[in-house]
Amino acid sequence: MPKNDYNWQLKGRVRILREILFWAAGIWLFIYCWNIISARTMWPFVYDGAEQASKLLMRMFPPNWPYFLNLIRPIWDTITIATLGTIAAILLSLFVAFLAAENTSPHPILRQLALLIIVTSRSVSSLIWAIILVIILGPGVLAGIIAISLRSVGFVSKLLYESIEEIDKEQVEAVEATGASKFSTLIYSVVPQVFPSFVGTAVYRWDINIRESTVVGLVGAGGIGLQLNEAILGLKWPDAIIIFMMILSLVLFSELFSAKIRKILI
Amino acid sequence: MLKINNLHKQYPGGDLALEGINLELKKGEIAAVIGPSGAGKSTLIRCINRLVESTAGEIILEDQDINQLSKKELKEKRRKMGMIFQEYALVERLTVMENVLSGRLGYLSFWRAWLRRFPQKDINQAYQLLERLGLKDHLNKRADHLSGGQRQRVGIARALIQNPDLLLVDEPTASLDPKTARQIMRLITEMARERELAALINIHDVLLAREYVSRIIGMRKGKIVFDGSPADLNKETLTTIYGKEDWNNFKNKDQENSASEGGNDLADREKRKLQLAASSSN
Amino acid sequence: MLTERSENYSWQRPHLIKSKNKRIIIYFLVLAYLIFTFISLEIDPQRILLGLSRSQKYFADFFRPDFISRGESIMDGIIESLTMTYVATIFGIIISIPFAFGAAENISPKPIYFLSRAVIVISRSFQEVVIAIFFVVVIGFGPMAGVLTLTFSSIGFLAKLLAEEIEDIDWSQVEAVKATGASWPQLMTYAILPQILPRFIGLAVYRLDINFRASAVIGVVGAGGIGTTLNAAFDRYEFDSASAILIVMIAIVLLGELFSSFIRKKLK
Ligand SMILES: Nc1ncnc2c1ncn2[C@@H]1O[C@H](COP(=O)(O)OP(=O)(O)OP(=O)(O)O)[C@@H](O)[C@H]1O
Ligand SMILES: [Mg+2]
Repeated sequence: MPKNDYNWQLKGRVRILREILFWAAGIWLFIYCWNIISARTMWPFVYDGAEQASKLLMRMFPPNWPYFLNLIRPIWDTITIATLGTIAAILLSLFVAFLAAENTSPHPILRQLALLIIVTSRSVSSLIWAIILVIILGPGVLAGIIAISLRSVGFVSKLLYESIEEIDKEQVEAVEATGASKFSTLIYSVVPQVFPSFVGTAVYRWDINIRESTVVGLVGAGGIGLQLNEAILGLKWPDAIIIFMMILSLVLFSELFSAKIRKILI
Repeated sequence: MLKINNLHKQYPGGDLALEGINLELKKGEIAAVIGPSGAGKSTLIRCINRLVESTAGEIILEDQDINQLSKKELKEKRRKMGMIFQEYALVERLTVMENVLSGRLGYLSFWRAWLRRFPQKDINQAYQLLERLGLKDHLNKRADHLSGGQRQRVGIARALIQNPDLLLVDEPTASLDPKTARQIMRLITEMARERELAALINIHDVLLAREYVSRIIGMRKGKIVFDGSPADLNKETLTTIYGKEDWNNFKNKDQENSASEGGNDLADREKRKLQLAASSSN
Repeated sequence: MLTERSENYSWQRPHLIKSKNKRIIIYFLVLAYLIFTFISLEIDPQRILLGLSRSQKYFADFFRPDFISRGESIMDGIIESLTMTYVATIFGIIISIPFAFGAAENISPKPIYFLSRAVIVISRSFQEVVIAIFFVVVIGFGPMAGVLTLTFSSIGFLAKLLAEEIEDIDWSQVEAVKATGASWPQLMTYAILPQILPRFIGLAVYRLDINFRASAVIGVVGAGGIGTTLNAAFDRYEFDSASAILIVMIAIVLLGELFSSFIRKKLK
């Protein structure tokens, strides 16, 4: 008995030592990173920050209410960018996910290619896609739509292919065993199984995309970001606060709307 | 109609699941396959419609070796083989009707499949089958809203609507309560007889097999060790299948396990059968 | 048995929307919306063709990534991004905890609940870049604006999800520990933390990943990090350097993903 006790304590000590080392490393890394950032910071500006912020807020009042009318079209464009971008991404991702899922992929090389597309799309934010696309296509809503869809393809495909990989194999076999073609098998056994999570993902992504499409305009790709850029560069703070309020209500609306849609469809 | 010659199956992991199976099934003949867990019953059935690819041997169905068929020919052949699964394998989010009609997918073009445009003849047949199986009030229910027995009936309907020549049935009753199990077994054998289908039914319940089927095939460790009528099943033959005589032999763990399973099972079932006989009047 | 009967049965797959009129109206509205938006796109094919022919050179550059010419500033930007990410995630974790408890409906008094929820909503509603603009205006260019941005958006994300976790706590476990006469810190360590910690660590690692990606964009508006370098490359039309930067970012995201899946496996 005492021997057992001793062993247990020893184990405990090693674990505690490891934990202390882990925390120490974490804290050291934090201090190290903090020093780098601190060295690159103009501290007087930061000290001044709170005052600047409150001045800024003061300058926003009174809000320029009539400016709201100028925002109707940009808001419409913002919703369009998010919606069409999401639809395009969904259509593309049906294909990409099918190639990327281990159990449906026709060939390992195609699978690797699909995985590469997914990680590339996921690593690069819509704003960066938008910068590239504005150079190529010129400014406008189209660049925004494509930027949003390029960013979303990876996200939707990843969640979709993961849920394809989790399907119940026997349901597929059962349809296969009736002599159904590959495509019919896909429609009758794979699609119904992944449908709920797919709808959930698509709606969720649309919700995120509303947020994303409020900024692609900053680089010229359409939507309310354009107005935001103008207001800030022109120091028109009473306009800016209207824009902020519009963004806030747009995002809240999209959250409610997507929750509702999800409830209906699933 | 079905003839299996020297069939072997070795899984990639190295498990030798089938070791030289020879078997013949005539038109309209129903056989039950019994044997301890891991004997290779499921593997045998899945090799026949090539859900599992066998490694050697022939499976001849209506003069064609299934293992030699091209993908397209295999699809055509599979239309003539209906399969029923232990866990039903219904597509859970589809309705009962869609599940049944999916048995006709082999005959349907892609577009019709996509749009659910099944020929009137198929729809009529699905209705009749579901009526016969007592499911006509559940046509548009989703499969995952049904009870186990109801699900298995849908599974039976899906297999029968294929108008198959051969039924492959893998433990149809293992997930059901004793009474439902009997009903399902009776339905399968009755309907197979009506249509003169050959059927291979894997089943753990020896007593059920005995009651509904006239030919019993016993498997053990990938080989057929018994093939005869239910009357030939006695202590000795059951021992060769389930290895009861090894009960007290603790040196061989595998055999000990299967032996105790088989043995207890039998005793239990014998008792249950008596109870059932006493209680069931339907 | 199945003799062909004369009567025909009809069957159609049940529709998602039961009423036929409603269905038609909804299809019509969706179609009208799509057509209307397509018209409002104002696509200019000539501009696109022009852009495509002009950008052939850029495309070619994209497939010839150049890690060397701007190597130093790429390195510098990456280090800045990574430091910003780490510092901001740690700050975000620490600050989000009180907000999470405040936003958990079952334990928080009403005024605190509404206050916490308001902070969460504001933090989650604005894209990082919008927040970054604000901080850059207030404290000037540089990584500190980035750290504040990422911290602020981490707070909303972590607090919201952690609050949901707290709301789901199984109170019978807490009662059981309480019944042994445990003190408050004991209650925390034995009954509450074990229930929420694994998920919280998972969320924090996930947020680390998001913050790194975000650190690459907020540089576009001057909040430091690799985004600054990337934006400069685009401004100078140096697509070979830009491509190099993107490749490095993708590589880091991949590494991060491996790391987080490793952590998640460890937690299980
Ligand atoms: N997919 C597989 N990969 C590797 N080995 C397998 C696979 N499926 C089955 N086996 C092995 O093949 C042997 C026979 O399995 P099989 O499922 O055919 O047995 P069974 O008689 O149906 O058993 P049960 O009564 O438990 O269903 C077993 O040893 C099993 O471990
Ligand atoms: Mg089996």
